[in-house]
Amino acid sequence: MSIFLKYILSIIIFFPLLSALILVFVNKKAEGLLRNLATVLSLVEFLLSSFLFIYFKSNTYEFQFVERFSWIRAFGASYFLGIDGVSLFMILLTTLMTFVSLLSSYKYIKDHVKEFVILMLVLETFMLGTFASLDVLLFYLFWEFMLIPMYFIIGMWGSGRRIYSAVKFVLYTLAGSLIMLFGLITIFILHYNQTGNFTFNLLKLYNTNIPLTLQIVLFIAIFLGFAVKVPVFPFHTWLPDAHTEAPTAGSVILAGVLLKFGVYGFFRFAIPLMPEAALILTPIILVLAVISIIYGALVSIVQKDLKRLVAFSSVSHMGFIMLGLFAMTAVSVDGSVLQMINHGISTGALFLFVGMFYERRHTRLIADFGGLAKKAPIFAALFMIAVLSSVGLPGLNGFVGEFLILVGSFKQYTVFTIFATSGIIFAAVYLLWMFQRVMFQDITNQKNEDFKDMTFREIMTVLPLIFLMFFIGLYPDVFLSRINPTVVHFVNIIEHNKYAYNLIKAKMGLFNA
Amino acid sequence: MNSKDLIVWLIPFFPLLGAILWGVFGKYFKNYSGYLGSIFIIISFILSTVIFFMVAYGHSFTSTLYSWIDASYFKVNISTTVDRLSVIMLVMVTGISSLVHIYSIGYMKDDKGFARYFSYLNLFVFSMIMLIMANNFLLLYVFWEAVGFCSYILIGFWYEKKSASNAGKKAFIVNRIGDFGFALGVMLIFVNMGTLNYSSVFSGIHLLPPYLITTIALLLFAGAIGKSAQFPLHVWLPDAMEGPTPVSALIHAATMVTAGVYLIARCHVIFSYSPSASNVVLIIGGITAFIAAFIAMTQFDIKRIIAYSTLSQLGYMFMAVGIGSYAAGIFHLVSHAIFKGLLFLTAGSVMHGMSGELDLRKMGGLYSKMKKTAITFIVGGLALSGIPPFSGFFSKDAILASLFNKGDYFFWIIGELVAFMTAFYIFRLIFNVFFGESHVDKNLHVHESPNVMTVPLIILACFAAVFGFIGMPPFNHSIFYSFINKDFANSLNFSPAVNNYPWYLLSTVSVIAGISGIYTAYVFYIKKSLDLEMLKKRFKAVYALSYNKLYIDEIYDFAIVRPMKNFSVFLWRVVDSFVIDGAVNGIAQWISVTSSKVRKVQNGMLMSYVFTLTVGVIALLAYYFVR
Amino acid sequence: MNINVNDYLIVATIIFCIGALGVLIRKNLITIFLSLELMFNAANLGFVAVSEYLNLMSGDIFVIFIMVVAAAEAAILLGIAIAFYREKGTIDIDKANELKM
Repeated sequence: MSIFLKYILSIIIFFPLLSALILVFVNKKAEGLLRNLATVLSLVEFLLSSFLFIYFKSNTYEFQFVERFSWIRAFGASYFLGIDGVSLFMILLTTLMTFVSLLSSYKYIKDHVKEFVILMLVLETFMLGTFASLDVLLFYLFWEFMLIPMYFIIGMWGSGRRIYSAVKFVLYTLAGSLIMLFGLITIFILHYNQTGNFTFNLLKLYNTNIPLTLQIVLFIAIFLGFAVKVPVFPFHTWLPDAHTEAPTAGSVILAGVLLKFGVYGFFRFAIPLMPEAALILTPIILVLAVISIIYGALVSIVQKDLKRLVAFSSVSHMGFIMLGLFAMTAVSVDGSVLQMINHGISTGALFLFVGMFYERRHTRLIADFGGLAKKAPIFAALFMIAVLSSVGLPGLNGFVGEFLILVGSFKQYTVFTIFATSGIIFAAVYLLWMFQRVMFQDITNQKNEDFKDMTFREIMTVLPLIFLMFFIGLYPDVFLSRINPTVVHFVNIIEHNKYAYNLIKAKMGLFNA
Repeated sequence: MNSKDLIVWLIPFFPLLGAILWGVFGKYFKNYSGYLGSIFIIISFILSTVIFFMVAYGHSFTSTLYSWIDASYFKVNISTTVDRLSVIMLVMVTGISSLVHIYSIGYMKDDKGFARYFSYLNLFVFSMIMLIMANNFLLLYVFWEAVGFCSYILIGFWYEKKSASNAGKKAFIVNRIGDFGFALGVMLIFVNMGTLNYSSVFSGIHLLPPYLITTIALLLFAGAIGKSAQFPLHVWLPDAMEGPTPVSALIHAATMVTAGVYLIARCHVIFSYSPSASNVVLIIGGITAFIAAFIAMTQFDIKRIIAYSTLSQLGYMFMAVGIGSYAAGIFHLVSHAIFKGLLFLTAGSVMHGMSGELDLRKMGGLYSKMKKTAITFIVGGLALSGIPPFSGFFSKDAILASLFNKGDYFFWIIGELVAFMTAFYIFRLIFNVFFGESHVDKNLHVHESPNVMTVPLIILACFAAVFGFIGMPPFNHSIFYSFINKDFANSLNFSPAVNNYPWYLLSTVSVIAGISGIYTAYVFYIKKSLDLEMLKKRFKAVYALSYNKLYIDEIYDFAIVRPMKNFSVFLWRVVDSFVIDGAVNGIAQWISVTSSKVRKVQNGMLMSYVFTLTVGVIALLAYYFVR
Repeated sequence: MNINVNDYLIVATIIFCIGALGVLIRKNLITIFLSLELMFNAANLGFVAVSEYLNLMSGDIFVIFIMVVAAAEAAILLGIAIAFYREKGTIDIDKANELKM
């Protein structure tokens, strides 16, 4: 057991890769076997990752389950893994969402099943590696590798303009991450100049002294990389395209996990590496975050395509998360991290439902539906729960995260918070209006007359997510108690930065005068 | 957990259990969900009564279930406080809920969604109980939204009807606008006080600067405006009548819509430190009371008339709490809950007997066909009109007396005017429905409702008739006021409903207003000695204004809804697809155009390559030599 | 008349330029090849002259190497020329534009 725990992170990261390797030897024609095997293996992976949760010590901000081996000695790159309260839940989210999306693909993915399940599992490895690595080079490698399977998933199993969307997705993110690489290497060299040591160890790079102007330049560079991933307005336009054309599983992974990388990148890299620059640029970023919230919501109102609506709602929700993170109070960052989990669950669930609509009717236009609640009551009830969780109804998960973000940001950024809070009105408008047009009213389209209710497998797909919605909504302490030490430490890093503190004070003085 | 705590937590437990059982296993319970659901609520009612006496003869107490949110310095528990204010609300809510549940068994009989209906209804009762018992602002906010959600699903219960699902959505969204303010208020309290617990907030609020107190009070009031459907967010309540009638009785008359008044009474400390916020409450209450009564006079849909009447009566309550006469506001809240619940349920009974007809022009002379309904309806009408000795007389009179004593003569006059209009429109309704000649469709078999429906009506009617006596003038010595005033005594501008003037003089004025309203209706609709059509023509503009509800829905549609939609389309079509994607695609285009031009250099002609090479060498040499 | 190293170099330059012009102007593959040989030999001339002038052997060794390489080149080039002729039916260099995009 102790050996297992010692190398648990590596085991978790590479288990999906191993599973993919096993699947390579399965006959291409045995689609049923491939699907079942992949699903079961991803479930095993999820159960493996739950060990992290069980053995995670919730009273410390230190990295846990650390593994470290020298890798490329010449420039100090190492195989360095470890997780804290934030990456713990990101990893759990990843393993859960992969399982759920594999389970959801039984009907949706009809051809090239083997390639699909293998790509999904490979993607899982890369995502997990990104969340767990504490070495900048390792992180970057995993980060870039992620694009490849995603490119194929959108490009091969997508619909409509899938090639366009896949290329847009790759180019957008690639452009961002190259600029980010430039920034990370600059810090690496700076650190060498200051200490004489080559190292990609993130924890050591944290101590690099970066001159303020350079910091700002670098921060902007890295910001672009992560902001595209989040996405923040105005870097969001790849998202609706990618989501709309991706297969259900792709959308679920994209919304559930990939978008979190942007925020995670800010949390793990951009802000702790360049705290002063982060503090100086905060107002601008907050403006973008608030614009994202309102913009995403307003545009969602008028969408005609279900998937596009959910995609734009993602922009709005991610705006909340950015607001919470950059308000940089313990409460708001707590909320922000919790909301990352929530968004993965709620939006992931919404995409699952949209996928079920598509499987049944081969359309995603809202106008083609209507009155389905009569034909599919279970579908309607569960879909409603997912919608309400996205609306942020108290008692469900979305509320806790949003409220913490808002209440944490309120004191310092009152105006931003007021605007952001108006987002809760819009969320009700676009989601409930959509729900009404899809589920309520009378059946106007004859094709909806034989709309089938959910099958057992479909219920099982969404049930874990629905359960989590209630659980986080009613008893978020399980999550918050593990997140909180990390977050408090994160906030302390920034606040203890005296230079930054003075700067802020000077800036306040400027604003006052 | 001692026995007190246990009883407190069992009160919301039973409705919640019911909600889950009927919601998940509804098809196995079928009709039992109605009976069992009612029994669950009755158990809650009995427990509430127990708690009532515990508090009345003991102290208020707090009990905590578990720690809900614990994020560094933001801590909130799931916990409740039971004091005099909340036990009164508890008994009222569970009592009326029990009756409505029983009534619903008859009303919703044979409906396909029978179990679903009781699931929703139980969920609502659970949320309402928790809203009342919450001991901090966040929990209050949570259940504030939860009752809004229950109202949403219950209004849209018959979701196949487009109007019903529209009305549900409208209710939820308009409520959210109010909740937006409420949420900001809660945040403002937290960032300034560092806590959300009632007791700590109320004991420390006076340390804040006055402008902050006023802002907090006004933001909380924004929530109350939304939930209690006050002007300018009143538009959802009349539409909410699309829901089943018992729902209208329970949620949109007796309990949920009064949550706003409860909120202000609960936060009376905050409001008492902010005279300006209290004035805003008074003014909004006055405006709503007046315009709602004005609109109610010309409507034809019986449920909508009663809905506007609810708005108007809520306006009274807000006027009361606005001048600091919290006890009078709460007293009217309770008595209104009884007689308005009665009116809605009787209206439902009329609908039931008329196969769903709502237009009072198609009724008339129903008295002989449904005597029980008619008599109970008239009792409710008399209570609403403030005719002694029915309950509405005492409760409304306390408010009017407080207004007069406070020196707010303007609002007193408005109050009396509204009293006149109230008596007019409700008796216009009664005369048109129950008396006069019949306009009922000949094929319609009009019948009295079954006992399961009429018994709750009779119980309510009895209460509506006698309830007022516990708040008899001189007010402060009556049972009700001496009980509840202990809770309000610590607020600053507290004005118990004292009477410096002989109360019977003021009462006489209101009674005259009520009776003249009834008489006017009598003249118009029974004696028909005045030509209505001619009056309508003479006051065409006024009539149109009232009939079209002051065009407020249209104004909102024109000024807010449509511009917002257009703006969203603009953002999507222009900003998103054109500007941003245009910029992105523009860069891509530029790169592709430039590279296709640069590509031409590579023309495959060996000679040109060699030529370029030579020129390059020569240029290098030249550079070398010139340097 | 005394011939010094400069004169050799001038002649070499002239021959190089003639060769270069030939490469640039002529279209016939064989002619281009011959012009190329001229350029080689101009360079050889330069090497030899300077080698003599500086009294070093290395220049002469270079020349021998270059001549060997040039011979090998000639063989390859003629091979290419024949293959090209078989493919195109001409040895006009302008027809060899397959590399363009």
